Amino acid sequence: MTRDLNRILIGTLALVLAGLWGLPFAYSVWTAFHPEIYAANFKWNAPITFGNFVEAWNSAPFALYFVNTLILITIVLVANFVLCTLVAYAFVRYRFRWAGFLFGLVMVQLLISPEILIVENYRTLSQIGLTDTIIGIALPYLTSAFGIFLLRQTFLTVPKSLDEAAQIEGAGAWRVLWTVYVPLARPIYLAYGLVMISFHWNNFLWPLIITNSPEVRPVTVGLSVFATVESGIEWSLVNAATLMTTAPLIIAFIIFQRQFVANFMRAGIK
Amino acid sequence: MNKRLPLGLGFVLLVLPCSLLVAFTHYPAIKALVNSLWNNSSSFRPSRFVGLENYRALLEDDRLAQVLTNSTIYAICTVPLAIGLSIGMALLVNSKLPGTWLMRLSFFMPTMLPLVAVANIWLFFYAPGIGLASQILSAFGLPSINFLGRTDTSLVSMMVVAIWKEAGLFMIFYLAALQSIPANLKDAARLEGAGSVRVFFDVVLPLLRPTTIFVAVNALINAFRLVDHIIVMTRGGPNNSSALLLYYVYEVTFGHRDFAYGATLTVLMVVILGILAAFQFWVLNRKAHYQ
Repeated sequence: MTRDLNRILIGTLALVLAGLWGLPFAYSVWTAFHPEIYAANFKWNAPITFGNFVEAWNSAPFALYFVNTLILITIVLVANFVLCTLVAYAFVRYRFRWAGFLFGLVMVQLLISPEILIVENYRTLSQIGLTDTIIGIALPYLTSAFGIFLLRQTFLTVPKSLDEAAQIEGAGAWRVLWTVYVPLARPIYLAYGLVMISFHWNNFLWPLIITNSPEVRPVTVGLSVFATVESGIEWSLVNAATLMTTAPLIIAFIIFQRQFVANFMRAGIK
Repeated sequence: MNKRLPLGLGFVLLVLPCSLLVAFTHYPAIKALVNSLWNNSSSFRPSRFVGLENYRALLEDDRLAQVLTNSTIYAICTVPLAIGLSIGMALLVNSKLPGTWLMRLSFFMPTMLPLVAVANIWLFFYAPGIGLASQILSAFGLPSINFLGRTDTSLVSMMVVAIWKEAGLFMIFYLAALQSIPANLKDAARLEGAGSVRVFFDVVLPLLRPTTIFVAVNALINAFRLVDHIIVMTRGGPNNSSALLLYYVYEVTFGHRDFAYGATLTVLMVVILGILAAFQFWVLNRKAHYQ
């Protein structure tokens, strides 16, 4: 009897917590779908409108921002997959002087991430003339210690016998990498890719510093410019824009909820 | 035994990719150290070696003292709170209660949103007179509070935003750990007469330790690394009450264009992170003996 009571109590508590947690987002969504006058006073039967989205979309070049973010993510994703794979492969398959020390040096980036070094990285980029370019946003993120670590851990689990069998069949270093190591790490590539997409879709500080013109702005910077300057603080517009810029990730999450969660876990735990 | 790395292959596998990493991690860190010993150049005079003068300014900077206090409070409060909440959420989502998918969605959603979007949502939530916070307060007959405009509430408001954004992600890691705990361990404890509270503290929590370490390290680094919400919501104000260290670096360097002092602050930040890392390493090594 008390067990059932406990269950009901905890269940109610859980629902209240979930409700409270979802409240800010839910209210933002609600406002985005209703006319501006209802932003300040909630009425459950207020008329629904899509006008905010249309107006927000038309008052800032969001399509351009989306394209910029997509280009940025593609560059970072391809570069990371290639470069992190190469480094991890070297550390796992070969021995060389100071391997341990070098690996330690690479891992420093886990602690001192590019965000910490914005001052000097900005100077470097202005010296080589790459400020205000998409390549400039991507440059500090093209290799990552996290990716190298993740792939190294995975490559270490590849059985040596498979590697040797491929060598006996006459495969060189590149063939072994491509036919033995990479296929076995496929789930990790997927997991790492998802984490990277979500990271760079969300990244803000560095792109804010390095970009100046709308032609290269990613969505996060575009959204913040819109919210502070272009909307004239009309809350329903700001909320519509916020929702619009995050919708692709949210929709992807709702569709792939299970895989997403599983992959996030895999990327974190291994 | 692994093969020796041939020189040519080593160049492609290691030197090329790592030079990018070095160029944007080690090189800027060292350059910050060098530049912190010089003053700013201007159009009519080149920069000049000033020794430790920038560091003396560091010691005399009252704003910096406030910023460091804010950062410390921010880290000390957000990290344990986010961890505690995320364990609670993971337990709820992992339970056999009805509606867990809704809870999972509600808890995890903020993690999917960019911090800039989260900042916009909360800016609206906190907006005095208009936002939901004010509407709820007035429903209870209380006066509305300008959460972001008061020195005593602005930092706490920022912490709430950070915890809201991060707890869902940590929940995922705890969920994974919870699901990997063998059921027979809990059953055994229950047979011995342990209640669910005891089972949690004596069986489940110790087994979650590796996850807690991983999450704590990440949360601490994020407490330093993420200032997007500060930039969007308060710009460190009012009166510096919500400025964090990285935000201060951003403001000094790109607001006041004081690159020399920005470099000095960067050195300070790297040193702090180094000390924290060494401390964590030491704590973890000590704790490892108990296992």
